[in-house]
Amino acid sequence: MRLLKLLLLTTLSLSPLLAAAQTAEERGLEIAREVDRRDTGFGDYAVEMEMLLRNRQGEESRRYMHTRIMEVDGDGDKSMIVFDRPRDVKGTALLTYTHKHGPDDQWLYLPALKRVKRIASRNKSGPFMGSEFAYEDLSSQEIEKYTYKFIRETELNGAPMFLIERYPVDKYSGYTRQQVWINKAEYRPEKIDYYDRKNALLKTLTFRGYHQYLGRYWRADEMFMENHQTGKSTLLSWKHFKFRNGFTDADFRKNALKRMR
Amino acid sequence: MKAWLWLLGLLPLLAQAGWDNQIGLEGRWHWQSPADPAQRDRGLSLSAQAEYSREWDGGRQEFVFTPFVRLDRNDARRTHFDLREAVWIKAGDDWEIRLGVDKVYWGVTEVDHLVDIINQTDLVENPDGEQKLGQPLFKFSAERDWGTLDLYLMPWFRTRTFPGRRGRLRTPLLVDVDHPRYDTDLKDHYPSLALRWSDSIGPWDIGVAHFHGTSREPRLLPGLDPAGRPVLVPYYDTIDQTSLDLQATLDDWLWKLEAIHRSGQGQGYGALTGGFEYTRVGIFDSDADLGLLAEFMLDGRGDSATTPFNHDIFAGLRWTANDVASSEILAGVLLDWENHSRFFNLEASRRLGEDWKASLQARIWQHIDPRDLSRAFARDDYIEASLTRYF
Repeated sequence: MRLLKLLLLTTLSLSPLLAAAQTAEERGLEIAREVDRRDTGFGDYAVEMEMLLRNRQGEESRRYMHTRIMEVDGDGDKSMIVFDRPRDVKGTALLTYTHKHGPDDQWLYLPALKRVKRIASRNKSGPFMGSEFAYEDLSSQEIEKYTYKFIRETELNGAPMFLIERYPVDKYSGYTRQQVWINKAEYRPEKIDYYDRKNALLKTLTFRGYHQYLGRYWRADEMFMENHQTGKSTLLSWKHFKFRNGFTDADFRKNALKRMR
Repeated sequence: MKAWLWLLGLLPLLAQAGWDNQIGLEGRWHWQSPADPAQRDRGLSLSAQAEYSREWDGGRQEFVFTPFVRLDRNDARRTHFDLREAVWIKAGDDWEIRLGVDKVYWGVTEVDHLVDIINQTDLVENPDGEQKLGQPLFKFSAERDWGTLDLYLMPWFRTRTFPGRRGRLRTPLLVDVDHPRYDTDLKDHYPSLALRWSDSIGPWDIGVAHFHGTSREPRLLPGLDPAGRPVLVPYYDTIDQTSLDLQATLDDWLWKLEAIHRSGQGQGYGALTGGFEYTRVGIFDSDADLGLLAEFMLDGRGDSATTPFNHDIFAGLRWTANDVASSEILAGVLLDWENHSRFFNLEASRRLGEDWKASLQARIWQHIDPRDLSRAFARDDYIEASLTRYF
């Protein structure tokens, strides 16, 4: 009994040492896993999106979309984005099957011709609807899409943070690395710095107005993306989150893509 | 004039929820003198499309209603009305029903749309044949692990539109659209039937279909109209067409293939089109993408084919700015490798502000061989500019 107690005490006192023995890569991955674990199990949600695009001269342009997202067991999420405005692209819809490994599958529906086109999802670094968001910034953030490194513990707006760096696995990514500030208490991203292919700071994404849904899942009301190289910015607002709609695979097929409005 | 007033009267109604509308003003300029002095060099026309849609039953049921009208200053045949859509849709977990007037697109290639057969071409809209008339149909889809099976029943056939006397981009002899002829005594009530299986397997998107019914594409036979004037009589054969469409999506490359076999329209024949689209994203450190397209077209009938795409190759560039205005340019050349006829095509568009869109098209036919079907257009080079307002 005494021996057991001694053993327990020794183990406990050793654990901080064990943690220190963890490499920065292991610690980074561990944090990313915890972020993912806490966001797993939401099932599905539907949400409206509004984008306010602003250029260096302050000229503004707006985009309206709605989207639905469904978790898939053992693979990346399925999603459907439908454009509402500008009016000339109304009804255009994008269906994405995210994969943990390998390229995502994407189909684009063009309502004027009623044509569904399979598109090369390799086009992930391009701007989404002329905004400062790239397709890869908005797609499902699967753990396997990056490798990780823990940098340090820090603070952001007075709240304790983990600062980690992540490196896209896909050679077609527009970034060499991203620095992510993760809220230590809630394991949710608060800020991301994106570094371009030349490793220069390109953009900063700030998450604002976090709300918790179903008593567990954190979603930001606003995501503000600022391009440091062009002076342009995009404010993405998320409205009317609706979780657990009971979506099935049938809601993410090509026929459904043609029906979505 | 009456039609204009009628349209204006509808405007307040169209501003209601559920309606998405567009009005377009289009100018066309042909700089060569026409083959027939009745044809005009400058075209001006106005088009309007309204789309009403409503869904209920938690999105499981939907109704879409899309009337379209064009008023053309020169060509009485181009002035026309069409119901593009008037369809009720009901979706289950692994099935879908569509009933009414609908539009359906099959295929993967960019130039020759070989396998696309459900809807009739609204040829007066655009000589590229991409604009379609609404087709009355009943469709049932089953969506399973083994793919999607679509069954189409089309009880009523619609004849192709052709330009009138004062219009350009037409055959020297007018097509007598009012007196079509058919293989069958049932005429336009001969039912057409189609079955299509399609699936996505890894990087492959595949579709196999069979169509039985009235050919959307008529043969144009020399004849006389009721007044005894020489015309081309559109003759609609009853055909059987089996088709395959295939696309492989591999990194920057899209590989495409469409193939058909048709019987019932003269001798049985096969036709093939295919090629690739290769896209470089973010060219020259910009946000723009540049795509390189190449497609070949081959028709087993050779020079006696009813389409100009019989032994041709297309090469083109697609530039997508990815800017706020969604600016796009597609430019290319189609070359007949046997008779060396050439066709240049340019299409460009961009948004102006939030609710306007400007588009430009230019089409030039060069060194057109007398054997080539596009010989009718040899003097019809044109530039078209249009401005569309969405509301």
